[in-house]
Amino acid sequence: MSQTNHDTPLVSVRDLKIGAVTDAKRKVEIIKGVDFDIAPGEILALIGESGSGKTTIALSLMGHTRPGCSINGGRIRVGNNNVTAMTTRQRAAMRGTEVSYVPQSAAAAFNPSQRIMDQVIEISTIHNLMPKAEARAKAVELFRALALPNPDTIGDRYPHQVSGGQLQRLSAAMALIGDPRLVIFDEPTTALDVTTQIEVLRAFKSAMAAGGCAGVYVSHDLAVVAQIADRIVVLRGGEVQEVGTSEQILNAPQNAYTKELLAAFEPAGRTPQPVQASDRKKPILEVTNLHAGYGPIRNGAPVAKILKDVNFQLEPGRNLGVIGESGSGKSTLARAIAGILPPYRGSVLVDGRELKPDLASRSKEDLRRTQIVFQLADTALNPGHSIANIIGRPLTFYKGLRGKARDARVIELLDMVHLPANMRHRLPSELSGGQKQRVNLARALAAEPELILCDEITSALDTVVAAAILELLKELQSELGLSYMFISHDLSTVEAICDDVLVMHKGVVVEALPASKMSECATHPYSRLLISSIPKLDTGWLASLEQDPDLIAQFSDR
Amino acid sequence: MADTVSHTLSEDKAPEGPKFVFNWVGRIGLAVIVFWAIVAIAGPFLAPHPPGEIVDWDYFGPVTSEFWMGTDYLGRDIFSRIIMGARYTVGIALAAVTLACTIGVLLGMIAAVAGGWFDMILSRLLDAFNGIPSLLFGLVVVAAVGSSIPILIMTLTAIYMPGSYRFARALAVNINTMDFVTVARARGEATPYLILREIFPNILGPVLADLGLRFVFIVLVLSGLSFLGLGVQPPNADWGALVRENIEGLSLGAPAVVFPSIAIASLTISVNMFIDNLPTLIRDRSE
Repeated sequence: MSQTNHDTPLVSVRDLKIGAVTDAKRKVEIIKGVDFDIAPGEILALIGESGSGKTTIALSLMGHTRPGCSINGGRIRVGNNNVTAMTTRQRAAMRGTEVSYVPQSAAAAFNPSQRIMDQVIEISTIHNLMPKAEARAKAVELFRALALPNPDTIGDRYPHQVSGGQLQRLSAAMALIGDPRLVIFDEPTTALDVTTQIEVLRAFKSAMAAGGCAGVYVSHDLAVVAQIADRIVVLRGGEVQEVGTSEQILNAPQNAYTKELLAAFEPAGRTPQPVQASDRKKPILEVTNLHAGYGPIRNGAPVAKILKDVNFQLEPGRNLGVIGESGSGKSTLARAIAGILPPYRGSVLVDGRELKPDLASRSKEDLRRTQIVFQLADTALNPGHSIANIIGRPLTFYKGLRGKARDARVIELLDMVHLPANMRHRLPSELSGGQKQRVNLARALAAEPELILCDEITSALDTVVAAAILELLKELQSELGLSYMFISHDLSTVEAICDDVLVMHKGVVVEALPASKMSECATHPYSRLLISSIPKLDTGWLASLEQDPDLIAQFSDR
Repeated sequence: MADTVSHTLSEDKAPEGPKFVFNWVGRIGLAVIVFWAIVAIAGPFLAPHPPGEIVDWDYFGPVTSEFWMGTDYLGRDIFSRIIMGARYTVGIALAAVTLACTIGVLLGMIAAVAGGWFDMILSRLLDAFNGIPSLLFGLVVVAAVGSSIPILIMTLTAIYMPGSYRFARALAVNINTMDFVTVARARGEATPYLILREIFPNILGPVLADLGLRFVFIVLVLSGLSFLGLGVQPPNADWGALVRENIEGLSLGAPAVVFPSIAIASLTISVNMFIDNLPTLIRDRSE
C-alpha cells in the first residue's frame, strides 16, 4: 500500500460486514469482511459489477445503509470519528461536514422547485457553519473552481435550467461546501454523455486537488476510474479481489477477476466482412431519405422532427453500428425502421421489399423479418409471463406452433442463447440481468428474423456480461446468417461487432465510417470529437487529451 | 458464463404451478366471506321468524334467549332480519362490484391501448357521468323504471363503473408504454392480446385492491338508497337499512343498531383482508 508517507490514514475500514434481510425474512450477507484505508488527499476507487457491494460500502462510510441493510460487524473510522460506534445524531452531525456524497443522478438529487443556490448552501445552513452571505460567496468560488459558466448567476437558476453535466458539477459543489475531509462519488458520470463526462471529470479532479480532500469514487468503468483515482479496490460479491495503485491494476493485474474485467473492456474486434462485389445481393436493409418525428402532424410533418434525411444500406451478413450521444436520434431510427414510430417521409426496404410506414399496415411476414431488441431487459419482458411463454409467443404467432412442438423449439432457442432448458419455467424476476438479455434475444430469434435491431442491448449490463452477450451475437450471426443494426453509445462495443458505423448528431447522419478504422477515417469534426472523448485505459489520457474548445462549444449542449 | 451454468444442475421439471397459499389473515377473511355467502343462500331456512313479522310488542328489545340480537323499532326480530338481509347486501354488492369493475377495467384498458379520439370521448363522457350525484342518479332511475333487484344492481354498477374505468386506465397507460408491450405491438399482436395477456396481468393487483374498496362503498350507497325507499323494498331490508331504521335505538342502548353494524363491518373488513392477502403471485407480479 502506498501510505508510507502518511502516518495515519484518513479512513480505515476493518473487517466490514453488512447484511440485509429480504422480504422473505432471509438473511443475506452483502459485504463479507472488507478492509481498506484511504490516506488524506487520496482518491480511492471502488470498482466492480452490479451487486458487488461498491455503493453499499461507500454509503457505509457515512454510517448509512439502505433500507433493510445493517452494518453487522467491523469498524469504520473517518478522521477522528468512529462511524460504527456513533449514535444517529452524531452521524447526522458528521455528514456534510466530515463526509459528503455526490449521487449518480444529479437530476434526482436536486429539488426541482428550489433555486440551485439555496440547495448548494443547505449543508452550511443545516450545520450553522457560516452566515448565508459567506456561504453564497463560497459557493460562487466553488462554481468557478468547477468551471461552471456564469458562476455568479448560475445559482439563481432552477435545476431544470442547467444541463446534466452542469447539474452534476453543481452537486459536487453541494458536497464540497462544508469542507468535508472525504467526498463520496457514486458513479457521478455514468449517466452523462462522453463529451460531457470529460468536462465533469476534469472539474472534479481539479476541485479535489485544490480542496485537498480525500475521495471515494464508485464506478463500474475502469477507464473513467483510471483518470481520477490514485488507488483502485476491485470488488466482487462483497469481497475485495485486489487493491493497488491505478497504474498497477491497469498494467499488471494480479487477480484473475481483475484480468477478466480488463479483457472485457476491450472486446475482441471483428474481421470486417467484405462487400461481396461479385454476387452482389440486394441489401438486407435500405433506408432512403428517412424522416421521422413526434407530436401532432402539421402540414404533413410532425411538430418535433427528430430524424432528418437518413440514408444508408446494409448488406446481408454485415453489421451496422449507429453511434451518437443521447438525443442524437439513434433509438428513433430503430423505432422508425421497426414501424413503432411511423416515418413521415422516406422509405425503408428490407430485402428489396418496401415496408409500409406504420405497424398496422405491415404484413405479418414483414414484421417477422425485422425484430427489435431493447436496452432494458427488465422492462422488455412481461413480469407476469414465464420464460416459455415469452419465447413461445412469437412461435405461436408467426408459425402457429403449439404444445410439444412449441416446447421443443423453446428449449432449442434457450440452448442457442446458452441458457438451460429448465429456465423456461421461471419468471423474468427470477433471472439475472445477463440472463434476461439472453431471453430477450431468444424471443427475437424465435421469429427467425433476417435483421435484428439492437437498441443499446449491452449498455445496462456489466462489462464482463456484456462481453459475453457480444460473443453470443457473433456466434449467432455465423450460425444463422443474421444482420444486426447495433445502436450504442459505446464505441468499443460497436467496434467489436460492426463492419460499418454511422455517426449521428441531432437526427442527422454526419458520417459513415468503417468500424475497424473509425479514428483514422473520421473527417467530420463531430465524429472526431466524439471518438476522442471515449476514455481510454490509460491513467494519463485525460491529462494529455486536447480538444478544441470551439468544437466542444459547437457540438455539445453544456 | 457464470449466469448460464449456475442452474443446469437442477432438474428439468416444471414446478407444480404457482402455489396459491394464503396467509392466516387472508384465510380469516375468506372464511368470513364464505360464512356470509352460505347465510345468504340458506337464509330462509336459518331465520327463526319471517323478517317482516312483529314478534315482540316491546320495541328496541334487549338480547334474550328468544331474540338473540334483540328487536327493532317495530319489535321485529333483528337476528332474522340480518340473516334475510345478507342475501341483499352480499348479493347486490357483489354483483354490482363485479360488473362495475369488469366493465370499467375492460374499457379502461381498451382506452389506454387505443388512445386517440376513442380514449378522449370515452374519458370525457365518463367524467361527465361522474359529476352526477350517485343518490340523485339512483332516485331518477328508480322513479323512471321502478325498483327491483336487477335495476338496483345496474344502478350501482353505473354509479361505480366510471371510477373503476379511471383507475384502470391510469394503470394501463403506464403499462402500455413499457417495452414488453412495444415488443408485442411490433410483433403485430392485436388489441385483445395486448389487453388481456400483456397489460391485464400487470394491473391485476391494484385493480383487486380497488375492487375491495369499491365493494365497501357499494354497501354504503345501497343502504343510502334503501333509506330513501329506493333500495330493497320492505318488509325486507339490507344491513345498511337496518342500521338506518334503528338509529334512534342507539340512545336507548338497544342492540338493534349494533348487530347490523357488526355484520357490515365483518363483511367489508374481511373482503379487504382477503384481497390484501391474496397470494403474492396474483397480487403483485413486480416482486
